[in-house]
Amino acid sequence: MTALRERWHSASSAFGRRVDGLPKSARITGLLAFVAFLYVLPNKWFYEYLNIPGVWIPLYTTRNDMAAVLFYCAWIVLLSLGLNVVVGYAGLLDLGFFGFFAVGAYTVALLTSPESKLITEYNWLESPWPWLVTVPIAVALALLSGVLLGAPTLRLRGDYLAIVTLGFAEMIRIIAKNQDWILNGDRGIPQVAHPPGKYPDGSAIFQFEFKPYYWLLLTVIIAAVFLIRNLANSRVGRAWVAIREDEDAAELMGVPTFRFKLWAFAIGAAVGGLSGTLWAGQANFVNSSTFSLENSILVLAAVLLGGAGSIGGAILGGFLVIYIPEWLRSVGDVFGLPETATVFGNDFDVSPTSLRYFIFGILLIIVMIFRPQGLWPNRRRAAELKDRQKEVAVVE
Amino acid sequence: MDFAELVRGFPELTTTGLVQGAIYALIALGYTLVYGVLRLINFAHSEVFMIGTFGAIWTWAAFGLDSNSGAPSVGRSLLLIALAIVAAALLSGSVALLIEVTAYRPLRRRNAPPLAFLITAIGASYALMELMGTLTQRRQIGSPALLPADTLFSIGGWSVTPVQMLTLSVAIIMMVGLDWFVNRTRFGKGIRAVAQDANTAALMGVNKSRVIALVFVLGGLMAGVAAVFSDMKSGNTRYNIGFLLGLKAFSAAVLGGIGNLRGAAIGGIMLGLVENYGSALFGSQWRDLIAFVVLIVLLMFRPTGLLGESLGRARA
Repeated sequence: MTALRERWHSASSAFGRRVDGLPKSARITGLLAFVAFLYVLPNKWFYEYLNIPGVWIPLYTTRNDMAAVLFYCAWIVLLSLGLNVVVGYAGLLDLGFFGFFAVGAYTVALLTSPESKLITEYNWLESPWPWLVTVPIAVALALLSGVLLGAPTLRLRGDYLAIVTLGFAEMIRIIAKNQDWILNGDRGIPQVAHPPGKYPDGSAIFQFEFKPYYWLLLTVIIAAVFLIRNLANSRVGRAWVAIREDEDAAELMGVPTFRFKLWAFAIGAAVGGLSGTLWAGQANFVNSSTFSLENSILVLAAVLLGGAGSIGGAILGGFLVIYIPEWLRSVGDVFGLPETATVFGNDFDVSPTSLRYFIFGILLIIVMIFRPQGLWPNRRRAAELKDRQKEVAVVE
Repeated sequence: MDFAELVRGFPELTTTGLVQGAIYALIALGYTLVYGVLRLINFAHSEVFMIGTFGAIWTWAAFGLDSNSGAPSVGRSLLLIALAIVAAALLSGSVALLIEVTAYRPLRRRNAPPLAFLITAIGASYALMELMGTLTQRRQIGSPALLPADTLFSIGGWSVTPVQMLTLSVAIIMMVGLDWFVNRTRFGKGIRAVAQDANTAALMGVNKSRVIALVFVLGGLMAGVAAVFSDMKSGNTRYNIGFLLGLKAFSAAVLGGIGNLRGAAIGGIMLGLVENYGSALFGSQWRDLIAFVVLIVLLMFRPTGLLGESLGRARA
């Protein structure tokens, strides 16, 4: 087992070295090719082409629209990029990330829906606003709510911060579910505006089809990656790393830790809010059921599965946590696995479709046991971890 | 704000609050034990509880009782409840041990970063929940009516049903027993030693691995007992029942000071009471909100909970 692990580690790091050794032009070409691949991925002709019988395990999902799956993947990827700033860079355990998502989604819904109570009851708005105008407002509000939540809570550390953020997110959800004066409770807000844009023949691009939304999200993700990467390589990013590694030492070295933690929290919140605006634009309907704690936990799992503190890891993790269960839905059709099993005269549904989260849970455990640093970790973190493993642990 | 409702229902709100609080407290003990020793939030503990609720119902089903059968005689009922407690506690204890051995121990061996444990906990939680969902076809399973629902005794306007009486007395016995076990026995000394400083304890000859396994089993036993009373109180269970109850119990553990056994007991009972009073005051749809408001307000003023965190520290 250990030998196998060693070999896998050396092989994967050899691959990394080889990629690093390539000239910059080659690396950029490779990256561009990969991005182009991502853009064509939801086209049916493309992945059917990929599926050469007997050679490829089909990448696409037969039981639901591949474009929809990719849209949800991209949605979680954007969220995990945001959470990665909070958890991965600044090392703040935030279990209530969907609270900020809710702020973004509800802002868009309230301002763009003709059914919004701001229009029908309170006459604050004359008519619904277009989607694009509300996006900056929603992001700004999410950022503000990040600051408002962070200011009193970021003095707590570690697990207490986790429970407080969890509590706040649950409070936002319960309030959204139960109150009626503005958010319509459980009935939610229908007829949220779609993003603008028309095809040459005059029909709107953004309707209910998932493909354009996936392309839009992909573009937003690429922009977010550039911004976050630059931020992480700046003075701010170095401050975050210092705080994560040793908060007291950072403070003594003159890093205003509280301010930078608040920044990380607010930037994460803004990305979460942005993701909320895109989601509301697609779904056309917003109510409290999307903001459940399970989703916050899923995003956290995405960040840590990919490897905290690494942008590539956040992307990979966000993709996998949605894609694996969705792919498991259709894998039964591909391999002709049985749907039900009869034990003692009782029929049990054992199709991969209904066991998908069971398999996913087991996979999470296995991956973490073999790669506790995540699938694609930040180099500095991986090195730290290697040191930790060498530390003498008292044998039991 | 409905003060009249609160005053009118006060005795009943107090009794049901105490019962709910006792269930929270028993689950919270599992979170707090593991946290006290390993500094780890065992997110899979809610599923340990969930499996216990099924363990009890399966035990009763083995004796031919389901939600439609009438109540058996009192003596037989008590015997069945005792059997269910043993079965559920054993089942929950073994599931807790299974989680520790498969999801946490391999990571501890590798000295993995703390957040990796969070992910295996989430993985174990998904796996157990979905497994039970498949086994029960995601249906709600009813539990038989065992003890009569009429009043056992009443003092003034304060009436208590047999189920409530039994829940409270067994919960108190379990909590006192656990407190005695941790603070007075040799095993308990081992637990406190590992909680204080695991490596030093190991150098002094404490079997660290065995102590950690023991802590998980103890938490599982408590959750199993809580599961039986949760079945009897609500009359049914479901594969996803653990989520909300686990969340509340975890809040209770933090409220009392996570890592502190007496804190978990007090936190649980306090949460049950405050929730009940609060839902009478503001309306029952705000019940779940009250728990978190209380928690956050308390953490603002006492950042380590009511009694502070200590499994080994204060009384070592």
